[in-house]
Amino acid sequence: MLSRTAENLFWLSRYVERAEYLARTIEATLRVTALPNTYSGQGNEWDSALLTAGVSASFYAQYDEANETNVVEFLSMSASNPSSIRNCIEAARLNARSVRTALTGVMWDTINSAWIELQENWSKSAKSREQLTQFLRFVQETSLRFDGSAYRTMLRNDAYWFSRLGVHLERADNTARILDVKYHLLLPEEEHVGGPLDYYQWSSILRSVSALTAYHWVYRETLKPWLIADLLILNDSLPRSLASCYGNLVRNLDQIGVAYGRQGPAQRHARAVRNRLEHSNMEDIFQRGVHEFIQEFIADNSRLGEIVAKQYLI
Amino acid sequence: MAVAFDEMNGLGGDVRAAYQELSRWLGETPPEALTNRRQEAELLFRRIGITFAVYGDAEAQERLIPFDVIPRILSAQEWARMELGLKQRVRALNMFLRDIYHGRDILRAGLIPDDLIFQNPVFRPEMNGQAVPHDVYVHIAGIDIVRVDDEHFYVLEDNARTPSGVSYMLENREIMMRLFPDLFARHRIAPVERYPDELLTALRSVAPAHSSSEPTVALMTPGVFNSAYYEHSFLADKLGIELVEGRDLVVKNDEVFMRTTEGLKRVDVIYRRVDDDFIDPLTFRPDSVLGVPGLMSAYRAGNVTLANAVGTGIADDKAVYSYMPDIVKFYLGEEPILKNVPTWRCREPSDLAYVLDHLSELVVKEVHGSGGYGMLIGPTATKATIEAFREKLKREPDGFIAQPTLALSTCPTCTESGLAPRHVDLRPFVLTGRDRITVVPGGLTRVALQDGSLVVNSSQGGGTKDTWVLDE
Repeated sequence: MLSRTAENLFWLSRYVERAEYLARTIEATLRVTALPNTYSGQGNEWDSALLTAGVSASFYAQYDEANETNVVEFLSMSASNPSSIRNCIEAARLNARSVRTALTGVMWDTINSAWIELQENWSKSAKSREQLTQFLRFVQETSLRFDGSAYRTMLRNDAYWFSRLGVHLERADNTARILDVKYHLLLPEEEHVGGPLDYYQWSSILRSVSALTAYHWVYRETLKPWLIADLLILNDSLPRSLASCYGNLVRNLDQIGVAYGRQGPAQRHARAVRNRLEHSNMEDIFQRGVHEFIQEFIADNSRLGEIVAKQYLI
Repeated sequence: MAVAFDEMNGLGGDVRAAYQELSRWLGETPPEALTNRRQEAELLFRRIGITFAVYGDAEAQERLIPFDVIPRILSAQEWARMELGLKQRVRALNMFLRDIYHGRDILRAGLIPDDLIFQNPVFRPEMNGQAVPHDVYVHIAGIDIVRVDDEHFYVLEDNARTPSGVSYMLENREIMMRLFPDLFARHRIAPVERYPDELLTALRSVAPAHSSSEPTVALMTPGVFNSAYYEHSFLADKLGIELVEGRDLVVKNDEVFMRTTEGLKRVDVIYRRVDDDFIDPLTFRPDSVLGVPGLMSAYRAGNVTLANAVGTGIADDKAVYSYMPDIVKFYLGEEPILKNVPTWRCREPSDLAYVLDHLSELVVKEVHGSGGYGMLIGPTATKATIEAFREKLKREPDGFIAQPTLALSTCPTCTESGLAPRHVDLRPFVLTGRDRITVVPGGLTRVALQDGSLVVNSSQGGGTKDTWVLDE
């Protein structure tokens, strides 16, 4: 397939995935800030939402204060934030339009209809929390529909694999970022005074990656930072964990390698990252420092993006 | 202006034979049902994203072309004759182009003035003496046809560069079949859906002689911001070929390749929807980023076929158009089946004098214009516009032709106040391959949505209709 087509598919999936993640982040933050003061902490939740989205600097270039109104506007609708939800959907639709021939009808319909709805119903900032909630739901449903229609209707060929690469690379980045921002909450238990405050902060981490119920199923315990980190980093059965994303990345790259009859640096690099995850345990990670581990992972992950681009997309 | 001939009612007598069934059906169908269907159609068009970009209109970067649900119908006999005429005309167009870029017999015979060709900005000296595979220049032609009465169809213009609209011919049919299945059951309508197959066959048949037995065809687009981008992606999809932009292609050793995830892949035939001026910055406009550096040299080396060929603009020039009846006779020794609209060439002093005296009755068009831009429609123009045109004509007579305002036929159309006659034209698409010319039965009917308006161009707010050719 054309390199540009593969590149567009890859980014299309990334944008849709990112829009969903931003919607989750806003939703989880709203929940924490809605708690009574004794539970909700120091009141810097909106700051940490900006950090997990990786847009702190550009936010403070335009606003003085990270309050609900400003941050929600910036993350959801702002035209001047290149990775606002709205810009993600716009970019996804533009990418989709330039590779329409590589998409199935339902995929195009999903993204085009979402774009139309965005223009018609959501072109201005949400007025109320109810509207905002509806908007966030709309974004998550769009992502679900898009992902589902890709899964159900695409031929299993390179077009599909490149679009899955985008999903998993973006997803790994998102999970890693949220861990990185909250890493101070995930220090070993004995060094930390637990309490209701931490409990809700932790649950917001899990909510933002849609893993709260999964946690209970897997561990059957009250929320513990050690286990949360284990779930999000090493547990292969959680679709948003780093381990699971890398299992998929390795598999998709292998499928491409087999189809093209050639392996390359992208396959090797992805395998190396996955092997490192496979051979880690939480004890080592906490010993070395969660922050350091995650920082290294984020760098490795974005390097994989560069290598894939160089090998296939340029 | 006289009352126009109506496709359904003729000049007001009985319903014409081809429309009997439709007329009966319209009588049975409540107006609300039509309105509902029209809204449904619009929703479908929007969701599928069948859009058209209008330049200079930032608000409506992607606009829907209004779709009218009342079909335009041609009888089998009418079509048979038109098809013969179209094939004849396109055969002559191809022979004319071959001649202009080679022997120039027609100029030596004194039929067309030399300067009309050599001074013409769309004439491409780069194509002089250049062989093109199988002497096909115009692989895809869109011939605009209007009707004035029961008998007479006129060619309004020949689109020999990159005619668009065929996606609407195909999508209009799909949507009509979805919305009005019973109407289809009551008629025998010739299908148009094999157009993409015919196009691919034609394109493959003109691959360079030494390409592989499975030549690679690609469709080249200027990109998502082009007005006809929807059509480009639609066709690439239907043909099962790559939709490439200039940046996807690279020329090495005079061969053209596309950049793929598996490395470079050779391309043999390019159905290009990019104008001559922009295809190769090394040969044409150096500031263009849409094209491929070196494409022309690969083309001249005979390693890639471009469809349509470079330099075909000379055949759809409106001044050259006025010579088409002579061109048909000169190359084929036949009388043209499809007539030209009588045309005054403002470059000729006696014609110019006539035109200047009758501006308020005439349509004046720029020789190189397209899309309905820069034209004067005398009968509906204000005095000031007419005077402005008079000055333009005096200053630059070579740039214009004039034609009488024809009473274009009308067709019943859904309007705010119910069914009403609106003027229509027709653009059938003629495909030329190595050894045959094909026309699928149908075309794009464009309709002027304003009462009395003669402007059917989509860029000027015109709409489209499905075009039915009845089977015997």
